[in-house]
Amino acid sequence: MMRIYLPVGILLLWCLMALAGPLLPLEPDRIDLPHILAGPGVEYLLGNDDLGRPILDRLVMGARTSFVVAVGVVLVSSLVGVLAGAVAAYAGGWVDLLLMRIIDVFLAFPGILLAIALAGVMGPGIDNVIIALFVVGWVGYARLARAQILSLKRRDHVIAAVALGTGHVRIITRHLLPLIAAPLIIEATFGIAGIVIAEAGLSFLGLGVQPPAASWGSMIRDGARYMLVAPHMVLAPGLAILLVVLAVNLLGDRLRDWLDVRSARSVIERKNW
Amino acid sequence: MSDALLRIKNLKTWLGNGEAPVCAVDGIDLEIHKGETFVLLGESGCGKSMTALSIMRLLPPAGRIVAGSIFLGETSLLDLPENAMRRERGGRMGMIFQEPMTSLNPVLTVGTQIAEAVLIHDPGQGRDPRGRVIELLKAVGIPDPEQRYREYPHQLSGGMKQRVMIAIALAGRPELLIADEPTTALDVTIQAQVLALMKELQQKTGMAVLLITHDLGVVAEVADRVAVMYAGQIVEVAPCEAFFRAPKHPYSRKLFQSIPGREKRARRLAVIRGTVPPLDREFDGCRFADRCDAVMDICRRQVPGWTPLAGGQGVRCFLEGGAGPDSTGSPPEAAAEKTGGRQGGHPPLLEVENLKVHFPIHKGVFRRVVGHVRAVDGVSLGISAGRTLAVVGESGCGKTTVGKAILQLPRPTAGSVRFEGDELTRLSGEALRRRRSDFQIIFQDPMASMNPRMLVGDIVEEGMLAQGIGADARQRRARVGELLEQVGLPAGAAGRYPHEFSGGQRQRICVARALAVQPKLIICDEPTSALDVSVQAQILNLLQELQQAYGLSYLFITHDISVVAYLAHEVAVMYLGRVVERGTVTEVLEHPLHPYTQALLSAVPVAEPGGRRQVIRLEGDMPSPSNPPAGCHFHPRCPQAMDKCQKAYPEAVRLSETRTVSCVLLDQDS
Repeated sequence: MMRIYLPVGILLLWCLMALAGPLLPLEPDRIDLPHILAGPGVEYLLGNDDLGRPILDRLVMGARTSFVVAVGVVLVSSLVGVLAGAVAAYAGGWVDLLLMRIIDVFLAFPGILLAIALAGVMGPGIDNVIIALFVVGWVGYARLARAQILSLKRRDHVIAAVALGTGHVRIITRHLLPLIAAPLIIEATFGIAGIVIAEAGLSFLGLGVQPPAASWGSMIRDGARYMLVAPHMVLAPGLAILLVVLAVNLLGDRLRDWLDVRSARSVIERKNW
Repeated sequence: MSDALLRIKNLKTWLGNGEAPVCAVDGIDLEIHKGETFVLLGESGCGKSMTALSIMRLLPPAGRIVAGSIFLGETSLLDLPENAMRRERGGRMGMIFQEPMTSLNPVLTVGTQIAEAVLIHDPGQGRDPRGRVIELLKAVGIPDPEQRYREYPHQLSGGMKQRVMIAIALAGRPELLIADEPTTALDVTIQAQVLALMKELQQKTGMAVLLITHDLGVVAEVADRVAVMYAGQIVEVAPCEAFFRAPKHPYSRKLFQSIPGREKRARRLAVIRGTVPPLDREFDGCRFADRCDAVMDICRRQVPGWTPLAGGQGVRCFLEGGAGPDSTGSPPEAAAEKTGGRQGGHPPLLEVENLKVHFPIHKGVFRRVVGHVRAVDGVSLGISAGRTLAVVGESGCGKTTVGKAILQLPRPTAGSVRFEGDELTRLSGEALRRRRSDFQIIFQDPMASMNPRMLVGDIVEEGMLAQGIGADARQRRARVGELLEQVGLPAGAAGRYPHEFSGGQRQRICVARALAVQPKLIICDEPTSALDVSVQAQILNLLQELQQAYGLSYLFITHDISVVAYLAHEVAVMYLGRVVERGTVTEVLEHPLHPYTQALLSAVPVAEPGGRRQVIRLEGDMPSPSNPPAGCHFHPRCPQAMDKCQKAYPEAVRLSETRTVSCVLLDQDS
C-alpha cells in the first residue's frame, strides 16, 4: 500500500503547492535580516536563507516553477517525439532517413549544453527554459518510439492486420502505439525527474527563473555557497526534488502494470462481448 | 538389475512455493542401463524436461525436489554436496539442450569453450587441452577442426553448434548423456546427421543416453526403450519394438492415432479431447480419465498403480493392456472421401510465375547496395479452387517469403502473381486493400500473431471493420460469435484476451480471424509447428473441415512431411529460393525424382518400429541465399552431381500435366 499511497500523496502535494501557491499568504521575498541563515525553528519551519527569506515559503513558490517546467516539457517533447519517431519508423525510406539525420544533429550536441546555449541566446525566463529543454528532450522519445515501432511493425500481428486490409491510421493507433506505451511511460517518468533536475541546473547557472523569484534549482544554487554553515538551505529543496523524482518513478512502475492487460493488477476495462 | 546406471525412485519435483505448488514431476521410477538409449516421450508441460533437470540438479529457482532418490551407479545424487555435484555434472553426466544457439557463449571461441570442459573434467590432459579438443571436434564430425577451434559460435550453423555442444558434453567422458530435445530446433536433414552422430558416439564410448523428445519419429529412430510421460507421471515403459507394435496405455495409442500421415488422408485424425489437468492438486483417480475413450468407473475412483507386463513393459492403467487388440487404431470416424479429380478443367485460383523477392544488402554511410539476398529467386506455382498446395523445404529456403510475397507483403521484386486472373503486383492502395479479403494468412506462432492488448472479439472483428463486412455493430457481433463457434471455441471467448487461451485455442482464433473476411485462399505458414501432436491433429481436422465446407484453397507452408502427406493435394519442394520439384502428393512423396527431394524424404524419421531406413546423408549446410553456388544451387551437396551441374541452373523439365523437376538427370532422359 505504501507503494501507491506514498507516491500519490507526494505528487498530490506537489500539484497542490503548484496550484495553490499564489493563493496562500506567503512571503517568499520578504527579507528578514536578523534571521539570515537561521536554522529551522518554530517561527520559520525550514529556516531562512542568506537574505533571511523563509525557505518554506520559497519552497512552495518554487514548486510551481518546477511543476510547470517538468510537466510542460515532458508532455510536449513526448508528444512531438513519439509522433516523429512513429512516423519515421512506420513510413521508412527517405522519411525515416531525413528524420533520423535531424535527430542525429540534435543528439550531436551535449543536451544540457545546447539548452544552456539556447537559454542564453533567448534570454533567461521560464518559457525559454521550457523551449530549451523541449528542444533537447524530444529526440529521446523519438529514438525510443522509432526503435520500438521498427521491431513491432514486422511482428506477425501487424502483418495480419495489413493482410486484413486495415488502414494505416488504425494500425498505428491500435496495433503499434498501445504496445509501446510501457517503455514510453518509463521514459517519461524518468523524464520528469530529469527535467526537474535540468531546470535546477539551468536555474543554478542563472538561466532559469530570475531573482527574486524562487525555483528549487535556484534555491540550491543560492544555498550551495553556505553549504557548511547553513546546510538546510540546500537540504530542503534537495529533499523536495528527491521525493518528487522518487514518487514519479514509483508511480510509473505501477502505471505500467495497470495498463497491461496481462497483469493481475490491470485496470483496463473489458468490453462486454 | 545389476547393470542399471541410473536409478530413479519415486522422484517428486515441485514448482513454486505458494499454497498450491505444481507437481511437475509426481513420483517417477525409472532405470537406465549402461549403453542403452532411453527415450522420455511426452507433450509439452508433461514434466520431461523437469525430470532431466532434477537429475542434473539444475532446477529453476522456483523448483525443488521434495521426495525420491536418484542413483548414478552407486552415488546418490540427491545427497551429494554442491561441489561434489559439480564434478558429476559434465563429468559422469553430460547434458545438451534444445537451443544450440543460446547454449554457447557468443564471445568465446568454440575451442575455448570445449577446452574449459576438458580442463575441469579431464585433468589427465595436463595444461594444454588443445590436442584433446581437436580430437573431440573430430569425434563429433566437424570438418577442419584446427580452423574451427578458433571460430566463434556465430560463424557456425545450427547443426554445427549442436555438434559443439555434444563435444562439450563428451569432454568429461560421461557415462550418461542427457539430451533434451536436441534436434527439435534443427532441420530434418541436419537432424538426421545429429541423430546418426549420437548413435555412433554411443557405440564407440558405450555411454547411456537419456533422450527427451515429443517426436515419435525420433523415438523410432534411436530408442532402445521408451517411457511415455503424461501429467508428471510415467504412464508406460516399453522396449521400442513392443511400444510401436502394441502401445498399451490409451494415451500412447491416442498419440499414434493423432500423427498425420498418408494412410489417414481420407479421415479425421484422432484427437485427445480436453486438456491436461492442472497439476496443483491431488488426484483421486487416473489423470487421463477425463480424456480417455476407454474410461471405466474405477478410473475416477482409484489411482491406477504400476502394472508390470511381460517383456520389460509396464503400464499405469487399469486396462492392463487387456483391451489390447484395439491397438493401433480403428479409424475414429470415416469422413467423406476427399474431393478428387478436380484438378483438370478448373482455372487456377492463384498463378505465380517466376516470382522473385530480393532483399538489398546496404553498406556504408550512403547505404549503397552491395548485394542482394535472393530469398525467392524465380518460383512458379499454381493452386486451383478447393485444393491444397504444400510448399516444403528447410529453414531459409524462402518458403515463408513466397507466402508473404503472394500477399504483397513484401512486394515481389519481379514476376507475376495472378489471383483469379487479376495481377496483384499491379494493384496498390485502396484497390489492393479491398482485394485482401480474398486471401488470408495464418502464422506459426499464434500468440505473436495477435495483438496482446486486444480482446479476442475485437481481433476477429478487425477484418470485418476493415473490409466493411456486416452492417452494424450488432451484426458483426453476431458474426464473431458464429465464427468462434465454428472453429470450436466456447461462447465466452470473445470477451477474453489471447493470453488466456492455450496454444491450440489461439490458433483457432487466428483461423476465425482469417475466415471473418470470407477468403478464397488461406496461406498457412507452419500453422502447427509450434503445437503438440494431439493439438496439431485438432487444427488439421479443422482446416480439413473448413476446406470441405467452403471450398477454401490452402497454400500450406511446412517442413513436416507427414502433414503434407495427410492433407496436401500438390507439393512443391523448395531449395535456396527455387522450386526444385513440383507434382501431386503421390508423385512427389512416392517417387521423388530430384536428388534433394530424395534426401529430404529419406531424412524424415518415420514413426514405425522397423523405421530405420537408409538415410541419404547430405553433407554440409544450405549455402547463403546472398551468394548461391553457380549452376544448380544444390550441386555442392548433391550425391549425384556432375560437371554439368556447375555450369547453369537446370531448366525445369515437365514430365506430366502436374509434374516438373529441375535437374539435369532428367534432362538427359528426355
